[in-house]
Amino acid sequence: MKALRVFAIGGWLSYRALFSWLQPSLFVMVLLVPSVTQMIFFVFLGRAADVENDTFFIVGNALVAAAVPCLFAMSQTIAEERFTLTLPALVVSPANRVALFLGRAFPSVANGAIVAAFALVVGVTVFGIKLGAAAIPGVVLSIVIVAFSCTGIGLLNASLGLRWRETAVLSNFILYFLLLFAGVNVPLDLLPGWLQTVSQGLPITHGAEAARQIVAGSSIVDVAGLLAAEALVGTVYAVVGLVLLRRFEVIARRNATLEVA
Amino acid sequence: MTRLLRTMTLGWKLHFKQESRNPFFLWIVVCTPVIYATMAYFLFQGGQKQATLVAAAVGSAMMGIWSLTTTAAAAALQRQRRLGILELLVASPTPFWATFLPITLAIATIGIYSLGTGLLYVRLLFGVPVSVDDWLAFVVAVPPTILSIGMLGFLMGSAFVRFRAAWMVGNLFEFPVWTICGFLIPLALLPGWVAPIAWVLAPTWGMNALRNAALGTSAWPDIAMCTLLSIVYAVLGGLLLKAFLRMARERATLGLT
Repeated sequence: MKALRVFAIGGWLSYRALFSWLQPSLFVMVLLVPSVTQMIFFVFLGRAADVENDTFFIVGNALVAAAVPCLFAMSQTIAEERFTLTLPALVVSPANRVALFLGRAFPSVANGAIVAAFALVVGVTVFGIKLGAAAIPGVVLSIVIVAFSCTGIGLLNASLGLRWRETAVLSNFILYFLLLFAGVNVPLDLLPGWLQTVSQGLPITHGAEAARQIVAGSSIVDVAGLLAAEALVGTVYAVVGLVLLRRFEVIARRNATLEVA
Repeated sequence: MTRLLRTMTLGWKLHFKQESRNPFFLWIVVCTPVIYATMAYFLFQGGQKQATLVAAAVGSAMMGIWSLTTTAAAAALQRQRRLGILELLVASPTPFWATFLPITLAIATIGIYSLGTGLLYVRLLFGVPVSVDDWLAFVVAVPPTILSIGMLGFLMGSAFVRFRAAWMVGNLFEFPVWTICGFLIPLALLPGWVAPIAWVLAPTWGMNALRNAALGTSAWPDIAMCTLLSIVYAVLGGLLLKAFLRMARERATLGLT
């Protein structure tokens, strides 16, 4: 019961306070508008390069829009606690660590899914992409699973925040890596073979492919394998992230480096 | 006049050194060109159209310069506020614009790393020769380009002085400017109404100047436009800064807004 309370209330408070979103207008400025402007940039870049069609870039960038809140929110859970000098209090608390960090991850999944859905709706409307009603459940499912997998890598990102102070750099690095190699903006067949292999282990890769196939007319059953792969990738990152969070916490306590990492 | 120049030179030097050691800023100016030049390499090599990768390298370097300016310069005043020295700087006998302008110029100057990284990267990793037809025009074009972007940062920073979340407001302009200033996307591909907006943005002319110099066409008109726009931004920024600071002082909200 206590763990459930830490998960639900702790997660909600952390989401509101740690990401500085006590002003709703910031949500629009930080997440919604950039997700659309980024999409527009890549659609026109795709046209300039004459690679793939608009749908490819709209779906890919809508899904990567989920990665921004997931990556940054999770890293902020450590960085902002350090900034407000509450990280030691958090670490010495007897709260269940899994509940604590999953509680912080859950709002990120919802948040990422909302941002991605918003970007997709705007992209589809502005560029006149045909999205049939039958495709909507599958697209929504893809978005939620991608938001989950991005939060998984976000947990890993948060754990590294215990060892490295520059969490903004780290989050940006992962985001750029996803933009480049997760099949979001560069079709996988244009990448060298070894990078294509790397991309199979990245969040978004399978989810974006699934969403594109659904938009093209496939059913959820047709892309079940891709969605399962996306969920598996996210789960692996989440488990590794939780294990590393615990491990780095122990190391930081042992070396007294919690606030100076 | 000499005192003002000395203040500005010292301010520029100090902030250039200081910001050159900021890991986040260095990340932006070094990694933005690397990532986007890589993307351009894969996209333009893989597509049916071939593009000049040197132009793509310059374009992605310009993206890095703009990215830093829009994030850092827009929030420069907020950082002074956060450090608790904004009131002191405003109250000092030195005109505040002479204190603030060198900060935004120093931030834009760090963009020189971006240009160097972009060109070196495509040369070393992708083996694309840095073939610049008119080196003189290219070298001459760099300072006015950086100056004009710095001035645009000054204008933005002045306009956002009342926003606590200035860096977020500045961030809103990152992708739109990347899109419409011709860094990687030709202006001809965009809707017609975009062109007049692009013309009043100095990065458009800076990019044109560098690209034209690289390709051997005349870059001098673009360099002149960059310089002209720098003057316009400086005047507008100065006026905005004066108006907003007076408002903030009248309402006693300088440290709070």
